[in-house]
Amino acid sequence: MIHRHTLTRLAADLRARKLSSVELVRTCLGRIEASQPALNAFISITAEQALDAAQAADRALARGDGGPLAGVPIGHKDLFCTAGVRTTCGSRMLENFVSPYDATVVERLKAAGAVVLGKLNMDEFAMGSSNETSYYGPVHNPWNTDMVPGGSSGGSAAAVCARLISAATATDTGGSIRQPAALCGVTGIKPTYGRVSRYGMIAFASSLDQGGVIAASAEDAALMLREMAGFDRRDSTSVDAPVPDYVAGLEAPLEGLKIGVLKEFFDEGLDPDNERCIREALSVLARLGAGLREVSLPNISLSVPAYYVVAPAECSSNLARYDGVRFGHRCESPRDLQDLYKRSRSEGFGAEVKRRIMTGTYVLSTGYYDAYYLKAQRVRQLIAADFQRAFGEVDLLVGPATPTAAFPLGSKVADPITMYLNDIYTISANLAGVPAMSIPCGFAQGLPVGLQLIGPHFAEQRLLHAAHRYQLETDWHLRIPERFA
Amino acid sequence: MSGWETVIGLEIHAQLATRSKIFSGASSAYGAAPNTQACLVDLGYPGVLPVLNAEAVRMAVRFGTAIGARIARQSVFARKNYFYPDLPKGYQISQYELPIVAHGAIDIVLDDGSVKRVGVTRAHLEEDAGKSLHEGLPGVTGIDLNRAGTPLLEIVSEPQLRSAKEAVAYMKKVHTLVRYLEICDGNMQEGSFRCDANVSVRPKGSDKLGTRAEIKNVNSFRFVEKAIQYEVTRQIELIESGGTVVQETRLYDPDKGETRSMRSKEEANDYRYFPDPDLLPLTLDEEYIEAVGAQLPELPDAKAARLVAQYGLPAYDAGVLTASRELADYYEAVARAVPSQPKLAANWVMGDLSAALNKEGLDIGAGRMPAERLAGLLTRIVDETISGKIAKEVFEAMWASGDSADRVIEAKGLKQITDGAAIERAIEEVMAKNPAQLAEYRAGKDKLFGFFVGQVMKATGGKANPAQLNELLKKKLPG
Repeated sequence: MIHRHTLTRLAADLRARKLSSVELVRTCLGRIEASQPALNAFISITAEQALDAAQAADRALARGDGGPLAGVPIGHKDLFCTAGVRTTCGSRMLENFVSPYDATVVERLKAAGAVVLGKLNMDEFAMGSSNETSYYGPVHNPWNTDMVPGGSSGGSAAAVCARLISAATATDTGGSIRQPAALCGVTGIKPTYGRVSRYGMIAFASSLDQGGVIAASAEDAALMLREMAGFDRRDSTSVDAPVPDYVAGLEAPLEGLKIGVLKEFFDEGLDPDNERCIREALSVLARLGAGLREVSLPNISLSVPAYYVVAPAECSSNLARYDGVRFGHRCESPRDLQDLYKRSRSEGFGAEVKRRIMTGTYVLSTGYYDAYYLKAQRVRQLIAADFQRAFGEVDLLVGPATPTAAFPLGSKVADPITMYLNDIYTISANLAGVPAMSIPCGFAQGLPVGLQLIGPHFAEQRLLHAAHRYQLETDWHLRIPERFA
Repeated sequence: MSGWETVIGLEIHAQLATRSKIFSGASSAYGAAPNTQACLVDLGYPGVLPVLNAEAVRMAVRFGTAIGARIARQSVFARKNYFYPDLPKGYQISQYELPIVAHGAIDIVLDDGSVKRVGVTRAHLEEDAGKSLHEGLPGVTGIDLNRAGTPLLEIVSEPQLRSAKEAVAYMKKVHTLVRYLEICDGNMQEGSFRCDANVSVRPKGSDKLGTRAEIKNVNSFRFVEKAIQYEVTRQIELIESGGTVVQETRLYDPDKGETRSMRSKEEANDYRYFPDPDLLPLTLDEEYIEAVGAQLPELPDAKAARLVAQYGLPAYDAGVLTASRELADYYEAVARAVPSQPKLAANWVMGDLSAALNKEGLDIGAGRMPAERLAGLLTRIVDETISGKIAKEVFEAMWASGDSADRVIEAKGLKQITDGAAIERAIEEVMAKNPAQLAEYRAGKDKLFGFFVGQVMKATGGKANPAQLNELLKKKLPG
């Protein structure tokens, strides 16, 4: 039964010595093993290290020490570098890559006492919205294993959804936390760009990538984020601003909160069942005392095209280091340098990654740079300005996280454009660098629906507060698929 | 060859003398065992990020201020993308559209003594690549990434240089300047200071630039001069024989004394520059720029002007003596110790001392002849203990033994003879030994005066005080 408890509850029980970390971790490891054939949420399971860490956590707790997360079982998306444990990024390219160092996020969660049970499956190099581009096989949605869990943090969302772990790290470049959180019915937060260090987080698109959390509840996410966030001098884009105690003040009433309902997100692409859930969620928020009004972001329709210029451009450069020379996949007996590059990269990368590298290389080329890359950057400024204007009027923006609930595995793989449109409601927050969340708000034909909350820069606390108040009123976030209950 | 004008622009790469690399904490010292000074950032490991070295920025600002350039309040690091095994990330972090330094100028002195102002288009910060090693590795290429990430300041001149000589004068001036500023050790053999030369020719009077060739990575003044001379001749001969110059990158082969095509414009990479999203734009405020500017040392031109004013030196001497801060400091130490004869000090520093240093390939800073020791020698010339001629002998002995001038003079008995009676005795002996010459002299052959000077000097081992000797001879020879 202990697996059903929230991270907040487990942390408290561990501290009160009502339960041992070893016991908890053993239970979770057993559940992970049992779930793998059905879900494939993990790429690596680190049972031995986890049990060692659990023992250490128990000893610390017995002494009355141990960090705020002492003994709680978590997992890392497999693009956070972990010393001594392989970090694959969901790619064949890094099948053999064992990082010599810990990412800042990994280091901080370790310092907080969290116990890492393994590395979570993901779309290759975080490029995908269904977890089907992983070299290690797709992740299945715990609510219906014929369905995708979303991506790219599909392993993180599925593992938390099935309560294999209490919380997971994840990353969001265009929706990779919020979209799978929505599709799996869990809580995900993408913080402000610069809030969480990117050091040791394998880059996809550096100006958009942001580490965050997938957890069972807003309160759990707040607890995790408080430990992860903060300035890191090793990441020049991380912001040197104090981290508030995200857990404090979550209970405060919502009275007077001004919420903008994103007009453009309720378009013809939005599934009617999803819309119904979202509208119901809005009425809950209204009941809680929030004032709702419609808000327009006029340039939002340009998000997807701008994103698919900027993100591939950065990825084409970020992924140049995988050349078979120093680490990662190297082809058998290369004839010469060109052959080494060509075959190592052709063999090491999957189709989606190649597609984006090619697109990115093209848009940065002489003669195209101005027409694509620079124009996309200008669009980005327009979108950021839209948000700024909106946040002059309201405290938060809300809308759907995705147009539909989870779709069947294999149904969109042949059509990249349709796949890209899954991120239509999430991408704009990345382009503007603002924080955003997805929280479960109902079911559409048996599959979870996610409500998206978007805030101004560094308003994570406001997002978490609204989400927590909503979750006190509802129980969508407490629902667990029957076979994992 | 006449009828053509040469147009040269130089891109100088000065390795900045920071302790650590430009984007990582690894040491940037030269000469360590391969790949022992490359950390995860330098190796381009997954997940690592660059963090800008503040000291490299300060050095770039120092340089920019020294050449009267505009220091950018905001400059941007960009990625230059290309694949090469010694480029771990698959891109070089450099500055492209917005460099930290722009629009400066450097004055050079031409052969005729006139001063030419050469524009510096820009100077930008970037990281160096690693090295590919072939020596001693048959059939394979080794990669040494110690140099990867070493900070460079790329200094780009306007195409305003008109001959190989001007190019060398400019390069030397930049070399002097970066060492004055203590931002680069200037060691050309280790590659700390190297240059690419863009060379083209055009008919005299034309204001259109000819097609240029870029000669890559030349690391000595002599090679730069030779490479440019070769390239100019090649281009003129090519055009005069009906051919056309193609835009290409060429390599200078010092063994053969020629440049060779490396790659043409068509084969050139499309570097796909774009702002590096891992680094925020570099913003410098007025206060910082002023503070760095306030810490500049006395620069070569100012120092040379001061030497002329303070010591009455000719401009040429002042130019030579200010070629390096160490040389100038040395000169001034000597000149201060021998205050009555600053020109004598200059002559000795530029003459015998420089020759001796050059012969052994030594630097003034090596301490082989401390300033006070040379000053000790000059003091003995000034107080007439020894003659200028004997001083040369004393200098050689000092150089070989490391002894002071006084010890050498003492040990070798080289002290000048200023005792009139002793000189007179020597004169009388010489007169007695050379009656025929004496008779001739007395018969009006004045030229023989020099003969007697030489004979007396020989007899006294060169130690006779020349002035006294002259006087006494004039008195005694006529009889």
